[in-house]
Amino acid sequence: MIKFIFKGILRDRSRSLFPILVVACGVFLTVAFYCYLEGAINMFIDTGAKFDSGHVKVMSRAYAENSDLMPNDLAYIGVEQLMKELKRDYPGYVWTKRIRFGGLLDVPDEKGETRAQGPVAGLALDLSAEDSLEWELLRIEDSIVQGKAPEKPGEILISDEFATRLEISVGETATLIGSTMYGSMAAANFTVAGTVRFGISALDRGAMVADVKDIQTALDMEDAAGEILGFSEDFIYREEGAGLISQKFNAKYEGEKDEFAPLMKSLHEQGGMIEMLDMINLYIPVMVTVFIIVMSIVLWNAGLIGSLRRYGEIGVRLAMGESKGHLYRSMIGESLILGSIGTVIGTALALALSLWMQEKGINISQLMQSSTLLINDVLRSKITPASFVIGFIPGLFANVLGSSIAGIGIYRRKTAQLMKELEV
Amino acid sequence: MKKAILFFLILSLLTAPAVAQVTPTGEDILRHVDANIGSDNKIATSQMIIHGRRGSRSIKSKSWIYGEEKSFTEYLAPPREAGTKMLKLRDQLWTYIPSTDRTIKISGHMLKQSVMGSDLSYEDMMEDPKLLNLYEANVIEEETFLDRPCWVLELRAKVEDISYHSRKIWVDMERYVSLKEERFARSGKLLKVFEVKEVRQIQNRWIPSRMVFKDALKSGKGTEYFIESIEFNANIPESLFTKASLR
Repeated sequence: MIKFIFKGILRDRSRSLFPILVVACGVFLTVAFYCYLEGAINMFIDTGAKFDSGHVKVMSRAYAENSDLMPNDLAYIGVEQLMKELKRDYPGYVWTKRIRFGGLLDVPDEKGETRAQGPVAGLALDLSAEDSLEWELLRIEDSIVQGKAPEKPGEILISDEFATRLEISVGETATLIGSTMYGSMAAANFTVAGTVRFGISALDRGAMVADVKDIQTALDMEDAAGEILGFSEDFIYREEGAGLISQKFNAKYEGEKDEFAPLMKSLHEQGGMIEMLDMINLYIPVMVTVFIIVMSIVLWNAGLIGSLRRYGEIGVRLAMGESKGHLYRSMIGESLILGSIGTVIGTALALALSLWMQEKGINISQLMQSSTLLINDVLRSKITPASFVIGFIPGLFANVLGSSIAGIGIYRRKTAQLMKELEV
Repeated sequence: MKKAILFFLILSLLTAPAVAQVTPTGEDILRHVDANIGSDNKIATSQMIIHGRRGSRSIKSKSWIYGEEKSFTEYLAPPREAGTKMLKLRDQLWTYIPSTDRTIKISGHMLKQSVMGSDLSYEDMMEDPKLLNLYEANVIEEETFLDRPCWVLELRAKVEDISYHSRKIWVDMERYVSLKEERFARSGKLLKVFEVKEVRQIQNRWIPSRMVFKDALKSGKGTEYFIESIEFNANIPESLFTKASLR
């Protein structure tokens, strides 16, 4: 019977081409949309985690209250000991200390007077440590546009856009003017080793990347850091695991009254992320479901129309003595085959586009010029195992369901009226 | 009847100046306050104790002040700040930080930053010390503060570009020293509070020698400011007030 249906589909294009095209289009849109949403969520969490929140973050309680303001005067003191404890107590996580700081980068002329000046968003990373995560985590070497990565103390990277604006070249000296941990004015000279572009507008406008030891010295933050970031060893964020270790860590310091006692927050608990991730967890499945339902209705209708269009053919087949059951089953079988072919074609095309979007992406930096969010400027999709099967919901089930409902009409046809209907 | 009217008229003419003398105008009071603190030049050694959330720290400095427009300050302690110098020339401010060997002009939003982590900002350092040049004053009440009878003055800015749009000050009726100040933003929000804790008589002037500044927007416990020594009308070479002397 399958062979018979196949022959029919191949020989009668009106029965195959249009339904397959409709199914393929619907499935393509469903799979591509799903992969895009997965990519957007993944990018949002991944970029935020790497540049800002970690999978978990340890800060002093006082710092945590206003962490968005980078209050380094409230930074945690005794960071080396705490790092040792974290490495010992949570071996499934890797840890790195960071200082986020603001200030002015002042470029001198040959007389030492200010030639150019601009505000910087500083990021002090543990670049000189032997087991430093930062190089790989932030793909620093891949982000370098000019010059080289910092190798010696006192060397920094600044964003390429910022370097162009300040008209500063690689190898020149710039002075960071900021505030020490105790509020005094801090100034320190640095050599620009290279320029970087992270692909995040909020950073690329005026980022300065320095080794954490240099910034500790410049800002009078001996053995202190604003934040210690923790990442799971495979760098995959697991909400439950991160929540559990932050609960365990905080329980240890529960009895302490000191406002500078350490506090751990999971990515979920930071900077409105709870609301944001809860919203994502709630709305994204709803959006995907609504989209799938809409596509299912479209394909169901296509199945209905396909079956109704063949009203005459069905009449002839019944008149020739084909049983209603056999006819009904053959139509469902046909829609199954058409649905499968359309779904496979649609899924394959959508996966090809998503793979390109995953690897290359679409640059939207022009739209992000005033953005202050740590969101990557390149939109990327993400292919997950679900991407391979999600298209079968509208492509196969909806199409078959449409044919099944339309096919019920076969049982309502009366053999006595067939000849009369066929005359018309 | 005519005699009675004439009597009251003469009486009112005689008593009017006496009433005016009891409560001088806000402008008169400010003029006395400015005269008490101002001089052609002065050299002062002072100490700031900054009470932050993490504890207290002390900063010592020496200032050479020439009129209202020129001043030169060198920080003497602690070791990290020692050697840092600041030069104010009219509305411009430069700082020299020995570790960078750079002279940096402090301008724009940097002026709003705290001086050495204290409750004072660079803007506070930059403003004209003569209140009469900046504000119109009205006496709103009389009050006793630190056991001293005071006039309470409400000051409203008469210039546009100013850090504090209004102030409320408590002026000692006898010594013409401002014993307390509340400084407000244009919105009416309290920004800073200044209270004098000790007043000393030096060279026939009443000088606040210990005071506390509190930035109302910061969570610390304020900055104590001590004037350890002050010399009025001192001999200061003009060459000190040049950028060359910063290095």
